[in-house]
Amino acid sequence: MNGTLLAVHRIARDRSAALGLFLVAIVVLAAIFAPWLSTHPEAVWDMNPVNRLKPPDRDWLFGTDRMGADIFSRVLFGARITLLIALVAVGASLLIGVPIGLWAGWSDWWIGEALMRVSDVFLAVPQIVLAIAIAQTLGPSIENVILALSVTYWPWFARLVYAEVRTLKRETFIEAAIALGVPPHRIVMRHVLPNVASPIIVRASIGMGFTILTAASLGFLGLGAPPPAPEWGRMISESREFLPEAWWYALAPGMAIFIVVMGFNLLGDGLRDVLDPRLRRSHDR
Amino acid sequence: MRILALIAKRLFWFVPTAAGLIAVVFFISRIVPSDPVALIAGETASRAQIELLRTKLGLDRPLLVQLIDYYGQLIKGDLGTSLFTTRPVADDLLARLPATIELTLAAMLIAVVFGIPLGVVSATRRNSGIDHGLRIVSVAGLAIASFWLALILQLLFAMKLGLLPLQGRITGFPPKAITGFMTIDALLAGRLDRFWSALAHLALPAITLAVPALATIVRFTRAGVLDTLSRPFVDYQRATGIPQALIVWKYVLRNALTSTVTQIGLLFGILLAGAVVIETVFQWPGIGTYAFEAILHSDYAAVMGFTVYAGGIFMLVNLLVDIVHGLIDPRGGAA
Repeated sequence: MNGTLLAVHRIARDRSAALGLFLVAIVVLAAIFAPWLSTHPEAVWDMNPVNRLKPPDRDWLFGTDRMGADIFSRVLFGARITLLIALVAVGASLLIGVPIGLWAGWSDWWIGEALMRVSDVFLAVPQIVLAIAIAQTLGPSIENVILALSVTYWPWFARLVYAEVRTLKRETFIEAAIALGVPPHRIVMRHVLPNVASPIIVRASIGMGFTILTAASLGFLGLGAPPPAPEWGRMISESREFLPEAWWYALAPGMAIFIVVMGFNLLGDGLRDVLDPRLRRSHDR
Repeated sequence: MRILALIAKRLFWFVPTAAGLIAVVFFISRIVPSDPVALIAGETASRAQIELLRTKLGLDRPLLVQLIDYYGQLIKGDLGTSLFTTRPVADDLLARLPATIELTLAAMLIAVVFGIPLGVVSATRRNSGIDHGLRIVSVAGLAIASFWLALILQLLFAMKLGLLPLQGRITGFPPKAITGFMTIDALLAGRLDRFWSALAHLALPAITLAVPALATIVRFTRAGVLDTLSRPFVDYQRATGIPQALIVWKYVLRNALTSTVTQIGLLFGILLAGAVVIETVFQWPGIGTYAFEAILHSDYAAVMGFTVYAGGIFMLVNLLVDIVHGLIDPRGGAA
């Protein structure tokens, strides 16, 4: 508990990490309180041809879109979709990747090796290329985007945990535990896992940013949540028909993606400095 | 001999990884919730017609047999036929590949030419205003959605200011294809006006694509230069009175670039992935736009073909980078 408090304190002191935490907090709050914060909660999903393509003013903070929906309100509700996709996809990747990495790193059984070779195949190509193939085959929906991202992202965690476990296995305290006859599952859960937790947390934070960008790209390509869901990538894609007149159309969703990805990236960098003492020296530079 | 051993080792792993990639794509293509045969046959087909087509397409046989057949097809260079263009997918992709490579190389050139000097400046003036500014820019460069940046640049430079063309590769007829790179082809044809047109069309997509790569190169060069600056040989050179600029730009930089070179291989993946979306925005006739159109028309063979193709190219590039890296830095051979 004290360790957690100390970490939070350190993050708060690190300027860029604090900024990252702040940006992430804004987006999380926007997602939670979207129905109350939005100025036109009624004009998010419905057609309002009268208000079509209005420029930003006091009433329509970020303007309106082709359906006459309020872009400000849509961006707020879009935060829910974005965070949901990223949280579930990264969470699922953790649940698949970490056990595989732990197991393959610890045991010398050939199945572990084989699973790492499978992860190599996924790491050998850009994530978005395989994600496009999966999302395209399954059809555009939020669930399928999450599935496509999880299936293509778990190898990152598996590879990371595998490498850490392989190094740890040669450490004296682990060898001592083995010599004392501690059962392997207990060594892995009580001694190995806590020691690989930091890099996993850092990777997960940066992975959130990365996943949000990939999800937005899928949405932009038409593989995300189908309309009228206020998905940021798709909103930007829609705006192309109405440029240059509706210059405000793509502005807000793009800024929203930028803020949330920047937040997670800064937070991840900050967490690396706080949690991983081996790398801390790189920070002062 | 060590280099040959390295190449042999990399090649040894290349084949199973490529085979694995193809298997993954194959299984992805077989998880379709709806019956692909019914989809191809159309809505009016009778049950007997569907079964006949299934037998004809070989989709009634065990999955493993189908996978082996798929390998057989790929070895012959057959990626299937596009439903939309009705041409072999492999031909379509090959025709569009030079455009993507030209764009990717131009972006890489921009990223390297600007990224390395900026990284050096950032390191030598550590914690100055320039350094902080560059750090913010490089963090931002990795967080920006490329397709959004593309739209904003289009809006600004093409639509509002009218400085650069909005989309496409060239105005008017393209020069005779020799290399497939329109800028070089125009030069070879001796047409400077065509060259400028091609270059102007290339500018916005290449700059957009270069941004994340530039950010990465700045970061790695900065870290590498800082690391090298703290080595004893730099102190020695300083003591002998070699000008600081010469030390930094020649001796330090040469030592600092090994990690950057490794990054360039990885960056190619980022660029290739980025090209898919950026090409779409700029109507750049490369394999990215092709993939986008295939998605739009639910052109299933074309999407799968693109996946195998892009994955294969990416793996080949990494193989080459590994080998080049082994040649430049013999120390890496042991790893």
